[in-house]
This record gives sequence, structure tokens and C-alpha cells, in this order.
Amino acid sequence: MNIDLHGFGPAMMAGTVMTVKLALCALLLGLVLGLLGALAKTSPLKPLQWLGGFYSTLVRGVPELLWVLLIYFGTVGLMNSLGEALNMPGLELSAFAAGVIALGLCFGAYATEVFRGAILAIPKGHREAGLALGLSRGRILSRIILPQMWRIALPGLGNLFMILMKDTALVSVIGLEEIMRHSQIGVTVTKEPFTFYMVAACIYLSLTVIAMTGMHFMEKRAARGFARAEQ
Amino acid sequence: MNWEVIFKWLPRLAQGATLTLELVAIAVVAGLILAIPLGIARSSRHWYVRAVPFSYIFFFRGTPLLVQLFLVYYGLAQFDAVRSSALWPYLRDPFWCTVLTMTLHTAAYIAEILRGALQSIPKGEIEAARALGMSRAKALIYIMLPRAARIGLPAYSNEVILMLKASALASTVTLLELTGMARTIIARTYLPVEIFFAAGVFYLVISFMLVQGFKLLERWLRVDACQGR
Repeated sequence: MNIDLHGFGPAMMAGTVMTVKLALCALLLGLVLGLLGALAKTSPLKPLQWLGGFYSTLVRGVPELLWVLLIYFGTVGLMNSLGEALNMPGLELSAFAAGVIALGLCFGAYATEVFRGAILAIPKGHREAGLALGLSRGRILSRIILPQMWRIALPGLGNLFMILMKDTALVSVIGLEEIMRHSQIGVTVTKEPFTFYMVAACIYLSLTVIAMTGMHFMEKRAARGFARAEQ
Repeated sequence: MNWEVIFKWLPRLAQGATLTLELVAIAVVAGLILAIPLGIARSSRHWYVRAVPFSYIFFFRGTPLLVQLFLVYYGLAQFDAVRSSALWPYLRDPFWCTVLTMTLHTAAYIAEILRGALQSIPKGEIEAARALGMSRAKALIYIMLPRAARIGLPAYSNEVILMLKASALASTVTLLELTGMARTIIARTYLPVEIFFAAGVFYLVISFMLVQGFKLLERWLRVDACQGR
């Protein structure tokens, strides 16, 4: 086995960078969607509750691959008519954008439940204390609820991020040039499928290990000031 | 939304759904059987017993299922030894490759669930079994495993649903399960939104039925009555 993989080493590196970019962009979108979903689900308004519940149930019940395909192939007509309306013919969703939207959507649906659990875990008295101090609802959310919620939500979000990172491989199906796509290209040239897919597996493993280590430190930082209960 | 097309292709989609169900059923049952020894070894007190299941679980949980599937389906053919072996008729068949990969993949997750369940059995119950004169093996079979099955069942039902969704990956190795069938139909009709929507409804219905089924199973095994305390 060659170290530079018959000259495909740099391509695999570029694929790794693309995978990381995709994962981080989807994470960002997913966190926003998850937060909105959780706020909708915990809001006192019934329609908002239904909307949040509908979003998380619907997205979690359908395979991630189907979302990737649906958003990439299903939006062609929509984007075309949008392009005509905006006078920009040939407007289309790139594979990267479709991947970010699909993975962000799936991450957001699971994150909705994680955030909801974390919001519910904050004692009621904290919110009431904020109200008693005369803080507005937005202030209570941003100054009291959200900072405390992070610590509780972090382990769950870490797990979801691992899943997200592995799901980025699905975007190769619509042709985004990430790790899997580059391995496929390498395989068609060199006819060494096992070597290339094993290298891809090792890259994913090391990404997972890096993410796990990062999560460990973030959890430690978020939990500072919270001594573990004496056994 | 073109409903006529959806109804026209519904039988073909249902055909795909049967293959999906078949894949998932074999994978989660075979995975469970494989996971029992793995999970028991994983929760061992000796590091040299733990090491093998640990690395197995680490590999299968740390890499995407798609990579594992390609490793088995495309990767194994790189070796002449595999191609000339007696197993080759099975290993070149996408169905058996998918079943094998999904089984190995889900076994890693189920083993981890089983380890969690085994470790959360109240210590007193195991000690009681040993105090009654049960051997370690007997206590494992009659006390710990039935107890762990009830603790782990909710997590196992989650895993089954996840495998249902993961089975969509079989479409990448030319299998015509629900997603694969949907893609084939779209190639003919050029109506991605309608057909993917119909496939999505199929997945939702199947997962809903699975959730209800596991609820019944939990009631039958009296999972609630066995929780904690």
C-alpha cells in the first residue's frame, strides 16, 4: 500500500477538509433549527407546540439519505421557478448547500428534543426569579435559560454531532467531493476498493476521536463550578 | 402534487418496503444474537477480555455505515482469496453484503446497549442470586440477562428504528428497497417530490408500527414494573 495512495493522497485531504466544512455548516444550521424547535415545543402557544412536534416527528421518521435526495433533486423545479422570478436563469442548489440543508434539518430535529429536555431541566424558580427582577421574556431566555441550558444539552449535542459527522458520507451520493466521493474516484482509477475505503474509514475514525476529545474539554469547561455529587 | 402518479406506483413502492423490512428484520435479530456475547465480554472485569469487543465497537460506531457497506461490497473483491473462496457467491450478492454489514453495524450498537443494561442491574440482585447458590453462569442466564433485556428494551427499539432508516443506504449498492425503488421510479417519471414524499410516508408508517409493536412488547414483558427501586 502506497502512502500517497497512487497520488490520491492530496485529494483525500481535500475531501477531509470538505467533510469538516460540511459538518460544521450543518451543525450551525442544525443548532439554530433545534433551538427554534425547542422554543416552539416549550412555548405556551398550542399552534407553535404542534409545529415543533410536527417538525421533529416528521424529520426523525424519514431516513437521512431520503432527505438528502429529496432536497437535492426535489428542489430543482422550485429553484427554477424562483430563478425565473428573480431573473436569474439556471439557479440551482449546489450539492454542498443541499447537504448542509438536509443534514442541518436532521440534526435540528434531534437537537429539538435535546434542547427541550435541557430547558425543562432548569428549575422553574430561575424563570420566576427573572420575572420578579423585572426582566423581559427575551432577557430571561438569553441571560438565564440559555447559559444554563448549554451545560445540560452538551452531552446530547456531542452525540448528535458524531452522528452528523458520519452522515456527511451520505452527501457523496449527490456528488459532493468529500471523503467518500474522492475514495470512489480513486477506486475507479486504481481498482483498489478495500485500500481506499479503509483509508476513508480511518479518516472518519480520527475525526470522531478528535470530536470526542473536543467534546470532553467543552463538557469539562461547561461543568466548571458544578462539583459532582459526593458518593 | 400529482396524486395519480403516486397511486400508480404505490404497489412497486410497497414491494420495495417489503425488502426494507426483510433487511431490517434479519439485521436486528442477527445483530442481537451477535451482540449478546459481545456485550457480556464488553462488561467483563478483565481488560484482555474487554479489549476485543471494545475495538470492534469502536470501529463500527466510529465509521459511517456507508463506508462499511462499500468496504464489504466493493472492498472485499480486491482480494483474490475472497473471490476464490466458497463464500464468494454470497459476498458478491448486494443483498447478503447489506445484511452482513447492517448486522455487524447494529451488533456494535446493541452490544453497547447491553453493556449499559448489564451494568445498571442493581448489585443486590446479582448478590442475591449468588447467595442463593447460583453459579456465575446460572446467575447470568437466569437473573442478569432477563433483567438486562428489560432495562435495554427501550434503547433496543430506538436502535431498530435507526436501522430502518439506515437501510435506505442499501440503495447505493443497487438494492431495490424502498429508497432504491423510489429512485428507480423517479428515473422513469421525473417526479422526485411526489415519489420521495410517498417513500417518506412509507418510512413514517413503518416506524410508527414498530413503535406500537415495541410498546406492546414492553407491556408484555412488564418493563415498567421492573424499573429501578
